[in-house]
Amino acid sequence: MDFKTNAQPTGGAALAFLNATIGYDRHPALHHVSASFPAGSMTAVVGPNGAGKSTLLKAAIGHIRPIEGSVQVSGCRRTEIAYLPQLAEIDRNFPLPVFDFVAMGLWHRRGAFGGFRRDDDEDVARALAGVGLIGFEQRPLDTLSGGQLQRVLFARLALQDAPLILLDEPFTAIDDRTVGELMDIVTGWNAEGRTVVAVLHDLDQVRRNFPRTLLLARQRVAEGDTDAVLTPEHLGAARHYIEAWDEAAPYCKVEPAR
Amino acid sequence: MTFADLLSVFSDFAFMRRALAGCLVLSVAAAPIGVFLMLRRLSLTGDAMAHAILPGVAAGYLLAGLNLWAMTAGGLVAGLAIALLASAVTRLTPLREDASLATLYLVSLALGVILISARGSAVDVMHLLFGSVLAIDDTALVFIGIVASITVVAFAILWRPLVMECVDPGFLKAVGGRGAIIHVAFMLVMVLNLIAGFQALGTLLSVGLMMLPAASARFWTRRLGTMTALAMLLAVIASVIGLTASFAANLPSGPAIIVAAGGLYALSVTFGPMGGLIARFRPARHRTG
Repeated sequence: MDFKTNAQPTGGAALAFLNATIGYDRHPALHHVSASFPAGSMTAVVGPNGAGKSTLLKAAIGHIRPIEGSVQVSGCRRTEIAYLPQLAEIDRNFPLPVFDFVAMGLWHRRGAFGGFRRDDDEDVARALAGVGLIGFEQRPLDTLSGGQLQRVLFARLALQDAPLILLDEPFTAIDDRTVGELMDIVTGWNAEGRTVVAVLHDLDQVRRNFPRTLLLARQRVAEGDTDAVLTPEHLGAARHYIEAWDEAAPYCKVEPAR
Repeated sequence: MTFADLLSVFSDFAFMRRALAGCLVLSVAAAPIGVFLMLRRLSLTGDAMAHAILPGVAAGYLLAGLNLWAMTAGGLVAGLAIALLASAVTRLTPLREDASLATLYLVSLALGVILISARGSAVDVMHLLFGSVLAIDDTALVFIGIVASITVVAFAILWRPLVMECVDPGFLKAVGGRGAIIHVAFMLVMVLNLIAGFQALGTLLSVGLMMLPAASARFWTRRLGTMTALAMLLAVIASVIGLTASFAANLPSGPAIIVAAGGLYALSVTFGPMGGLIARFRPARHRTG
């Protein structure tokens, strides 16, 4: 196990789970998981439904506190992490144009009250151009297609200028061309030194684009180089895992790690 | 009687001038609250809160008579208590916010009516529930002015996080914005405005000056800023029409203003270009791309 939690980030921030048990209502969604995401790395998180992939990301940004163990972010504050949820609870009927929505990504620079300067406007325009949405500035959110909304969310992520980027199934229900373009953006973020963690289901895509992989099935099945992780044995082991909670499951006896 | 004659009531009678000034200031403060209540799908929350402040107002009235500050303090305490209790019940139990608010405001309203009927008369109840232009004296006008000033400043500070909290609460939470605090601040401003409005409009109808213009403005524009400004304008128009009609036909002022706002709402639903009935059923030509 290599925990590079104290290593100085090279542009990116590092994330580490130390024997973390994270769950809902005392049932663990992740059971004694240790995993590390070094600064500047690009890691895919894969596993069957209910394996705890989304829970892992939510714990990283602090939305869920671990029952046991710890989640450590080094190199940036928790609130500086850029996070793309699986089902963003966006009210698309709210009368807000795309420009204003994307500009939320500048929260850290401008906060609740700071005025927008010309370079802010230019940054927003550049972010929109980066995701191929030039000319969409004044479009209301409810006129966007699913793929266009995902591009808008990517533009906002880019504006956040975060050292650690967490993506929860960013390519679900999106056509191949859009997936390709968005994947290039993600690769570009990593090339800039940002740490990227993405929950994905398409194993071919993971093999093509992600150097590291974490395979989860409520517990860590395997972690490391993608080719060494996505082996038939490991995938078979992950597939055997049982999704349902056992209401009468005995309490875990494992001693908490010191 | 011409339109000019009707408007002359404002120059002829000091109490009408005060009522007009009060309603105009209220319109400016209440409209943005209504817009956000509508966009947050909390339209009925405003209504519930209007009921909820009644026992507080009634308690103030019983202790100190028609004293503005006593009734305001009572209303504020009751409104905040209900708002905080409702969110506490929502957060700590499986009950949703609408259900917990509904139970609390009904109890609150019942308590309020019991309090008033224990000591006062039916006239008092009517006065508190539906307001009276005659009640707007200089003290009330000053109070409305203070509340409106607080509201404008609060919105200047809250606007951006409030928009984010409405559109994408998860994002606001992730970047470290305090959604709960923003929500409570917004509710506080709303309760203040309800109390400021109750003398002119009554506790039950003061929420109308928030909701009706906001709902009407939605049919005319898709821009948040324009919508808010338009809601203010519509509230002002409804106030002028309602007060004039109230004087001319000897109607209670609060209901007259709200009915006027209802007329503007009907016009908006019919003729509004953003989803209004005519725009909807007229066969629209489409563009090529």
